[in-house]
Amino acid sequence: MADLFKLKVVTPDRIFYDGNVSMVELTTTEGDIGVYANHIPATAIVAPGLLKIHEEGGQVQKAALMAGFIEILQDQVTVMAEVAEWPEDIDVKRAEEARIRAERRLKDRYPGTDVMRAELALKRAIVRLETKAK
Amino acid sequence: MATMRDIKRRRDSIQSTEQITKAMKLVATVKLQKSRARAEAAKPYFDLMYDTMNSIISRSGAVRHKYLQSGASPKKAVITITSNRGLAGGYNNNIVKLVNAELPAEDTLVYAIGRKGRDGLARRGFAIQGDYSEVINDPLYQDAAELTQVLLEAFARGEIGEIYLAFTMFKNTVVHTPRLLKLLPVELPERDGRADGAADTEPKARAIMDYEPDDETVLDAIVPKYMSSLIYGALLESLASENGARMTAMDSATSNAEEMIEDLSLQYNQARQGAITQELTEIVAGANAIGG
Repeated sequence: MADLFKLKVVTPDRIFYDGNVSMVELTTTEGDIGVYANHIPATAIVAPGLLKIHEEGGQVQKAALMAGFIEILQDQVTVMAEVAEWPEDIDVKRAEEARIRAERRLKDRYPGTDVMRAELALKRAIVRLETKAK
Repeated sequence: MATMRDIKRRRDSIQSTEQITKAMKLVATVKLQKSRARAEAAKPYFDLMYDTMNSIISRSGAVRHKYLQSGASPKKAVITITSNRGLAGGYNNNIVKLVNAELPAEDTLVYAIGRKGRDGLARRGFAIQGDYSEVINDPLYQDAAELTQVLLEAFARGEIGEIYLAFTMFKNTVVHTPRLLKLLPVELPERDGRADGAADTEPKARAIMDYEPDDETVLDAIVPKYMSSLIYGALLESLASENGARMTAMDSATSNAEEMIEDLSLQYNQARQGAITQELTEIVAGANAIGG
């Protein structure tokens, strides 16, 4: 059994998660990471991806995490999220539509299309769908 | 002495004013509860954001980053958060006065959120660079993020060298303090009163912080988020303060009106009494004249 550490996930509107966990997995701009207790202090930028929280009893909570940053200290991990959603908050239809719209924007490439924005939108939609599906 | 009719007219007009102020007070009370709950729900994020920023900056003393030093331009940008509607006591005027006292009008660009602050500062010779007054009706985090974007772009182009934020801090229903906060370059002064003491714990064991991918990229990404969250927090606190201020102002207006109505009622009754007495005297005098 891994050591526990304190995990806080906060969004501008609420404390999204606050509890003792054994491991947390998420995506940063540098790739997917998993954090156990006693990690070296680090700060990283969060990229859209799946947030997996391994809780004390072995249950795994999943959520969609969109943007923000993570501060890792030895006994505490803080995720400052701009947007975070539990699977039950996600509207599949909307996410599906957003995915299709973003894909179209990327395919057509009209002049003036903000490619980066479209790609981000696509990524967000995919993350939402993934979170819901699992 | 005013006639009975004048007094009555005056009393009626004050009475209808009282009804309005009473209704406004009730509306403000309800809005206050809502906006206060929102401000309180958002508080942990800002306190944490502030702490995290604090710990990041304190662990990266040697980092020289563009957001940590003033730009070359002498111009200052200030975001002023006021309300779109008046009748909120000194709420709007306090912000205008504060900005006017702290920043020079000729070197300051105002990004106004709230029409009252915009108009007040324009009258005092400030240049209004942007107007986002719609935002205050229903602040979203997205609004704060967009404003941050605009400001950071201007900062990057060298149009402005410093960015300030003027807002009203919500302490409780009756106490609201106007504050001017420096957003950029990032400086972390004493957090007098912003937190309730809970967040003041010294980060223990200042281990070296590891930045992924590197400190510059991380600061590039975090500073805008830090700014947006401060702006968003300021919006919510100001909104709560606005409603609190309006409630207090309307409450005292209502009780003033009540007082005036009482006085006028007394005057009215005295005038009525006087009129009746006079009439009686006249009748009696008339009767005596006929009878005599």
